[in-house]
Amino acid sequence: MSVPRYWRETRYRYRLIGEMCTECGAIFFPRRAVCLKCGSVELEEYKLKEIGTVATWTTIRNPPEGYEKYAPYIVALVELDDGVMVLTQVVDIEPEEMKTGMRVEAAFRKVKEDGSSGIIEYGFKFRPIIE
Amino acid sequence: MIMKTVNTVGIVGYGAYIPMNRLRASEVNRVWGGSGTPIEEKSVTAMDEDAVTIAVECARYAVKRGKIAPKDIGAVYVGTESKPYAVKPCGTIVAESIGATPNVMAADYEFACKAGTEAFQTCIGLVSSGMVRYAMAIGADTAQGRPADALEYTAACGGAAYIFGRKPDRTIADLEGSYSFVTDTPDFWRRGREMYPRHGSRFTGEPAYFHHVISAAKGLMEELGTEPGDFTYAVFHQPNTKFPIKAARTIGFGMDAIKPGLVVPFVGNTYAGSTLLGLAATLDVASPGDRILAVSYGSGAGSDAFSFIVQDEIANNPRLDPPVSVFINRKRYIDYSLYSKLRGKFIK
Amino acid sequence: MRRVAIAGIGFTKIREHWSKSLKDLFAEAALKAFEDAGTDEVDALYVSNMGAASLQGQLHLGAMMADTIGKRGIAALRVEAASASGGAAFREGVKAVASGYSDCVLVGGVEKMSDGIPAEVSATLAMSEDQEYTSYTGVTKIGLNALIHRHYMERFGVKAEDIAMFAVRSHENAVGSPHAQYPFKVSIDRVMASPMEADPIHTLECAGVGDGSAAVLLRPADEAKDDIIVAATSLATGAYYLSDRSDILTFEAVRQAATQAFKSADVSHSEIDVLEVHDDTTITGVISLEDLGFVEKGMGAEYVSRGDTTRGGETPTNTFGGLKARGNPVGATGLYQICEVALQLRQEAGPCQVEDANVGLAQSLGGLGSTCAVTILRRG
Repeated sequence: MSVPRYWRETRYRYRLIGEMCTECGAIFFPRRAVCLKCGSVELEEYKLKEIGTVATWTTIRNPPEGYEKYAPYIVALVELDDGVMVLTQVVDIEPEEMKTGMRVEAAFRKVKEDGSSGIIEYGFKFRPIIE
Repeated sequence: MIMKTVNTVGIVGYGAYIPMNRLRASEVNRVWGGSGTPIEEKSVTAMDEDAVTIAVECARYAVKRGKIAPKDIGAVYVGTESKPYAVKPCGTIVAESIGATPNVMAADYEFACKAGTEAFQTCIGLVSSGMVRYAMAIGADTAQGRPADALEYTAACGGAAYIFGRKPDRTIADLEGSYSFVTDTPDFWRRGREMYPRHGSRFTGEPAYFHHVISAAKGLMEELGTEPGDFTYAVFHQPNTKFPIKAARTIGFGMDAIKPGLVVPFVGNTYAGSTLLGLAATLDVASPGDRILAVSYGSGAGSDAFSFIVQDEIANNPRLDPPVSVFINRKRYIDYSLYSKLRGKFIK
Repeated sequence: MRRVAIAGIGFTKIREHWSKSLKDLFAEAALKAFEDAGTDEVDALYVSNMGAASLQGQLHLGAMMADTIGKRGIAALRVEAASASGGAAFREGVKAVASGYSDCVLVGGVEKMSDGIPAEVSATLAMSEDQEYTSYTGVTKIGLNALIHRHYMERFGVKAEDIAMFAVRSHENAVGSPHAQYPFKVSIDRVMASPMEADPIHTLECAGVGDGSAAVLLRPADEAKDDIIVAATSLATGAYYLSDRSDILTFEAVRQAATQAFKSADVSHSEIDVLEVHDDTTITGVISLEDLGFVEKGMGAEYVSRGDTTRGGETPTNTFGGLKARGNPVGATGLYQICEVALQLRQEAGPCQVEDANVGLAQSLGGLGSTCAVTILRRG
C-alpha cells in the first residue's frame, strides 16, 4: 500500500473536496484537470455538500483484496444536494433496509488497513441521516 | 488547589458520537453463564470505526454546534486509551478532517478514562492565556474487555468533543474552576502490546474510583465555597451504573442532579468519552444559569473536577447537531458472534 | 490504406489451465494461427493482456512472447485497455498492416486468471477503474455493473428474470462449442436461485474467469485468396467514472465506436449476421445490444428474453456462448470474439453455425463501458 498515494488524497477524501470550474461553475468530484462542460483549465477547490440521495446501490459480498473483513458492505451512487454524484459505501444500514431515493449524509470511516502493522486509511462514507 | 483562568473561558461548541451497535449484558451472560447486569447494554463500533473515526465524528459536530471557522482552532487534543496507532497521533487526523490544519497544535493524551478531561485542562489553559483562540478537547474510546471478564459487559465505544473559547466569544457554559486529584494507584492497566487490560477487581472501587472522585469533587466545591445544593446537575465518570450513583449520594447529590448525564446504562463505559458524554447529555437539557459539576476518573489514578455555569447562549444558539439522546436511541442489537467479528476477535 | 485480411486464427480451450503458464497458452494459440494460415511469417506482434502485471507480476509481454514463439527480432509490445485489450490490440494490428508499416502481424491475447485467488482476481479486475476514487470504495467490477443493473430495472420496470435471460441464451449457444468453458444449458430458475454476487446480480449472471489465449494473423488482403476481410475496426472512450455520466445506462463509447464502425464498413445493422457482445454480466450484454443500435434503449432485456438473439433469431448473438459460457480470459476475450466471428464467416462453426453468415461484428468493452472496440468482419 503506497503511503504517499494515500497522503496526497487525504484532505479531499476526509473533507469531500472536489473542484469547481471558475468559468462555467460546473462541479466535479474527484478533481480534474479540464472542465468537462466548457473545457476551461481554471478550476478551484470546492467543498461538496455532505448530504444527498441514493440513486442506485449494491451489496458487495465477494470483496476485493483488502476489503474482506468488511463484507458484506453496501456501495451506492449518491447524488449530493449540489448535483454531484459520488460513489461511496453506505454504512450503518442493513441491505434489507436500503432504498433508492433515501437520504444519506457523509460519515468519517476507516476504508482499509495495510495489515496489522501498516497504515490505516480513512475517508468518507455515507450513512442514513442522524437527526 | 483550585485551577482558575485569568480570562473567562467557556465551552463554545460540543458534539457527541456513539456507534449504533449495542450488545446487551444479557447476551454476555448467555455466552459466559453470568447473571449480573452492571449496565443494560453497551455500544460497539462497526467494523470500520475506531477511536479516530469516533473522534472525528464528534469533532465535526462540535464545529457545527460552535459555528466557528475550523482554521481558528489552535489546538486539537484527543484523549483515548484505544489509539489505533501506538505511535502516530490521532489528533493530526482529526485536525485534518475538520480543516484545522496546518497552524494547529495536535497531540493525544492517555490517562485511562480521564484523558478527555486532561485535554480539557490543557485547552482551557491555552485559551485563557490567549495563546490560541479556540482549542478542541476530545475524549473517544473503543474500549477493550477481555472475553468473560467483568469489563466485557461495560467496555464501550463513543466519545465527545468540546471547543473552548474565551469571552467575549459566545460561550454556552463558562468554567468556574477546575481541581485535580492524582495519586499512584494501579487499579487498572494495560501493558504495551497487550490486547486487553487487567484490573484489581474490587480494588478499583474504594481506594481507586471513590477515593479520587470524591476527593476531587469535594476539593473543588470547598475551594469554590459551594455545596451540592448549589449545582443543578452533576456528572461523574461512569464505569457502570452503580459507581456514579454511589459517588453522587456519598457527596450529597440526588438522582435528579445526575440523571440527565447518566448515559452508562444504555451506552456502557466509553472510557475517555464517558464523563464528556455525560456532560454533553447534561448540557443538552441545561438552561442558562445552571451550574454543572463534572468529575472524571482515570485509573492509575486520578480525577479532574470542573464547575461550569451555563450561559444564555445555550438558548440563543439553535443547534445543528443531534443531541446525545439521538445517539442513545439510534441502535441495532448485535449478538455475541457479530460482536466478536466487529471487535476483531476473529480477524484483526 | 491497404485492406486487411485475417490469414489465420488459433485459440486454446478456455478453462482453468492449472498446468500451463502464460507463455504455454500464448504459444499454443500463436502456433495454431500459424498453422491455420499456412505460414509463420510475421514481422510484428501485439500481445493483449490485462492482468499479468498484477496476477503474475509480469510485464514486458511483447519481447517475452516474441521470444516464446521463436520470433526474436520482430517488433512486439503489449496492448492494454482493460477487458477491451483484445479488441484494441486487434485494431493496432490492423492499423500496422493497413498503413504498410508491417506486412504480417500477429495479434495474440492471453490471460491466466487462475494464478490468483478470488480476492486477487477481483482486485485485478477492479484495476480498470480509478484506484483512488472508484476501487477505493471497495466496489468490485461486478458491483459497478450491479449499480447500473438495479437502475435499469427501476427505470424501465424490467424484471430481474428478463435481464438474467441473457445468461440462459449464452449457455444455450455454448452447447457444442469445443472451446467453451461452460458448454451446457442453464435454466432461468437456476440462474435466479444462484447466490447473489453483488445485489441484484446473481453469480450465474456473471462471466466466469478462465485462462486462455487467442491469436489472429493479419496480412494485406488478397481478393483471390482471402476469405475474411476486416471491414472496420474502431475504438472509442467514454466517461471514465460512473459518477459523472449524464446517463448511467448509456455507454457512450459503445455508441461512438459502433457509429464509426458501421460507417466505415458501410453496412447496416440488418446486414450483421452474427454478433459477439461483451457480457461480463447480463446487464452489460443487454446495454451493449442497445448502444450498438440493435434494439431501442430499455428494450434490450425483452429483445433477449423473447428470443431475438438466438442463433435462429433476428440478431444471432454470442454464438459460442459469449463471455458468460464461452468464458472470459479477460485480455484475450476480444480476440476470441474475433476468432469466433471468423469461424462463422468461414462456415466452420460446427453445431454453433449461423446459416449463411457473411458479416459479423465483435464488441469488446473495457472497464464499465469506458473503452469500446468494435470490429466488423466480412466474408471475402
